[in-house]
Amino acid sequence: MDSLVYLLGGFATALEPMNLVFAAIGVLLGTAVGVLPGIGPALTVALLLPVTFKLDPGGSLIMFAGIYYGGMYGGSTTAILLNTPGESASVVTALEGNQMARRGRGGPALATAAIGSFVAALIATLGLAFLAPLLVKVAVKFGPWDYFGLMLIAFVTVSATFGSSPLRGLTSLAIGLWLGLIGIDQLTGQTRLAFGVPNLFDGIEVTTLAVGLFAIGEALHVVSRHLRTSEKPIAIKGSIWMSREDWSRSWKPWIRGTALGFPIGALPAGGAEIPTFLSYTMERKLSKKPEEFGTGAIEGVAGPEAANNASAAGTLVPLLTLGLPTSATAAVMLAGFQQYNLQPGPLLFVQYPALVWGLVASLFIANVMLLVLNLPLVGLWVRLLKIPVPWLYAGILVFASMGTIAANPSVVELLLLLGFGFLGFLMRRYDYPIAPVVVGLILGPLADSALRRSLQMSLGDPMILLQHPGSAIMIGIATLALVAPFLFRGLAKFRQDED
Amino acid sequence: MTFFANRLVAACLATFVAIGPAAAQDLEVSILAPAGAGGGWDSAARSLQQVMMSTGNARSVQVVNVPGAGGTVGLAQFVQSAEGSPNQMLVGGITMVGAIITNGAPYDLTNVTPIARLTGDPLVIAVPASSPYQTMADLMAGIEGNVERTIWAGGSAGGADHILAALVTQAAGQDPAKVNYVAYSGGGEALAAMLGGQVTAGISGYGEWQGQIESGDLRALAISYPEPIEGIDAQPLKAQGYDIELVNWRGIFAGPGISDEDKAVLEEAVSNTVQSAEWQELIAARGWSDYYAGSEEFTDFIASEAERVHEVLSSIGLAN
Repeated sequence: MDSLVYLLGGFATALEPMNLVFAAIGVLLGTAVGVLPGIGPALTVALLLPVTFKLDPGGSLIMFAGIYYGGMYGGSTTAILLNTPGESASVVTALEGNQMARRGRGGPALATAAIGSFVAALIATLGLAFLAPLLVKVAVKFGPWDYFGLMLIAFVTVSATFGSSPLRGLTSLAIGLWLGLIGIDQLTGQTRLAFGVPNLFDGIEVTTLAVGLFAIGEALHVVSRHLRTSEKPIAIKGSIWMSREDWSRSWKPWIRGTALGFPIGALPAGGAEIPTFLSYTMERKLSKKPEEFGTGAIEGVAGPEAANNASAAGTLVPLLTLGLPTSATAAVMLAGFQQYNLQPGPLLFVQYPALVWGLVASLFIANVMLLVLNLPLVGLWVRLLKIPVPWLYAGILVFASMGTIAANPSVVELLLLLGFGFLGFLMRRYDYPIAPVVVGLILGPLADSALRRSLQMSLGDPMILLQHPGSAIMIGIATLALVAPFLFRGLAKFRQDED
Repeated sequence: MTFFANRLVAACLATFVAIGPAAAQDLEVSILAPAGAGGGWDSAARSLQQVMMSTGNARSVQVVNVPGAGGTVGLAQFVQSAEGSPNQMLVGGITMVGAIITNGAPYDLTNVTPIARLTGDPLVIAVPASSPYQTMADLMAGIEGNVERTIWAGGSAGGADHILAALVTQAAGQDPAKVNYVAYSGGGEALAAMLGGQVTAGISGYGEWQGQIESGDLRALAISYPEPIEGIDAQPLKAQGYDIELVNWRGIFAGPGISDEDKAVLEEAVSNTVQSAEWQELIAARGWSDYYAGSEEFTDFIASEAERVHEVLSSIGLAN
């Protein structure tokens, strides 16, 4: 095994004292920016690029990788405690995580997120070390038709999973798909539904929608009920650590989340959102206690958090082997490589093995550091929840607005945030699920361009979607998932009639 | 945080002390990058920031990102806020020229003051290694045979890649309105489509696909630069007998209505920066080519580019 020898050499590089210091700075910075909504890891790395120009390439790339992993960790903290996802990949974590926190189980929720992220990143980094060249061959074969099939599965499962009925789920999804149409169309460069407002030309920002629907909508909802019921601060029940039951309910979702996150993250247009949504759906179907979902099921935190972090390692596969950045952070890291005259691509592993394997090894080390850093902080974080409810929600409102303004300083953005907050309040009031709206906004434009690219390549023949086995199978699964529940219900009724 | 506190005090003092036209080395400027972190304009702005400060041509340089709509959101904000300002600059390029036309933007590059053209990168026309096309002539014959079956992959619609695809189609004697161009967000995703063999040919900045061209996964047929470039085997379209040239240029602008003295200070600072060894070293590392032109030449250049781009986009059907 050549890879193993190289990896050991990589550890020798990564364990040099200076490189350890860079990794530590990286994870600290990354966690800090992950906790703050608005400032993402991409911007942090971009700000640091000129600073690191004089450093050696190994050290600064190790630091960037630490920021990337740290950001992925930090994002889950605010999602769980404040229902304010700092980035689109933590939207799912907020669903069950915040419910757990509000039932006094914030400690175990944070712990399973931290340990799950650790396990996932560990396995996925191993995958990066040994499977990268193989995986990338499969990934580039993934055509637009296959992406369309994957999106369809995500649409159907998500709208069927969330909410009290598939119809309500599909209604929410439709709102999201409509929001996703706003802005410049990628394939023709023409604007749609922007009504001449320049701030809408690039579409609706996912974090604005998510923070508006989740945080602001939630705050409005609490205020509307607060007049009648006097709520006490949330008491912490039981241990702040994970119980034996928590462990046994968490470890399988960690593994399954990793298995979803890593390969989808490695796809050139995969991203971190799809695997988190799919993982949530899967855990809900497989759970022995599905009735707990929606009221704080630990599986619903463990799985998506693992998927989220595994996909972060996954995005490094196309970056290192093809020079293909699939996330904003990866794009900035690519610029980092270029400033040292290194061109990521098929030759990078051959030309600079010490650097690449040093980076892989430092990902392992960054992981260990993150766990050591995050677990002791759990006790500190959960104390946030002892703040009286009116104060807590006032704080969330300030925090959410500030984050949005920091990311995109414009009046339009703030008005959108308020509008989405009100929409979120109405949806809660009338029992429509919120997550499918976010899914529609994220995946709608991707599905749109995947479908139209397929049709462009087939000169308008829709059969192209069924001619490729991959997309045919995925479209079949999606259809089945949509129709099956109705069929079963019909069948059950039919049998009842027979009796 | 004392470091930042000191900087803040220094900055405040400097604003009080700097009365009258500032000498270049006392210059404090902010550069607006009309794109998100990580893109070409952002790295151009940050590279300029780095070298202007390290060569002492400016005391402090800040980079502000205003992303959106091919740079037109940043341009609109800049036109409104930098009127007559001696210390604000904007980065832009050929993609912005195209975006202004396709988006029907309220402001164009005649509303700002060109300071200098900085870099110009060649675009490359490539095919997957498995493609039957060995030369540019083969590809041209393929386009002539069936223009719609020739599927192109490249960056955003109406951008430089799309314009080059239209120019090549036109040169093959076909209607550019029929060009089957599949737009991707940047050269990365288009690269995946090329490696997966889903498209006939692709266009990207040479640097973005350099690794794959050198490893033999892609075959470069031609570059769009007017002259051959050292270290690039693919020959210019011009040298291969096709009268096409297109350079992905980037430049820097100052606000509208800036005074001649202030403009001279900025011009001097930028031209000194660009001539430094540090700048040449840095652009070589980034895979960019020096394409410097002073304010006057750059102004004429933009006018002719705007006309040309408008013509091509109209022929594709993206502009009136």
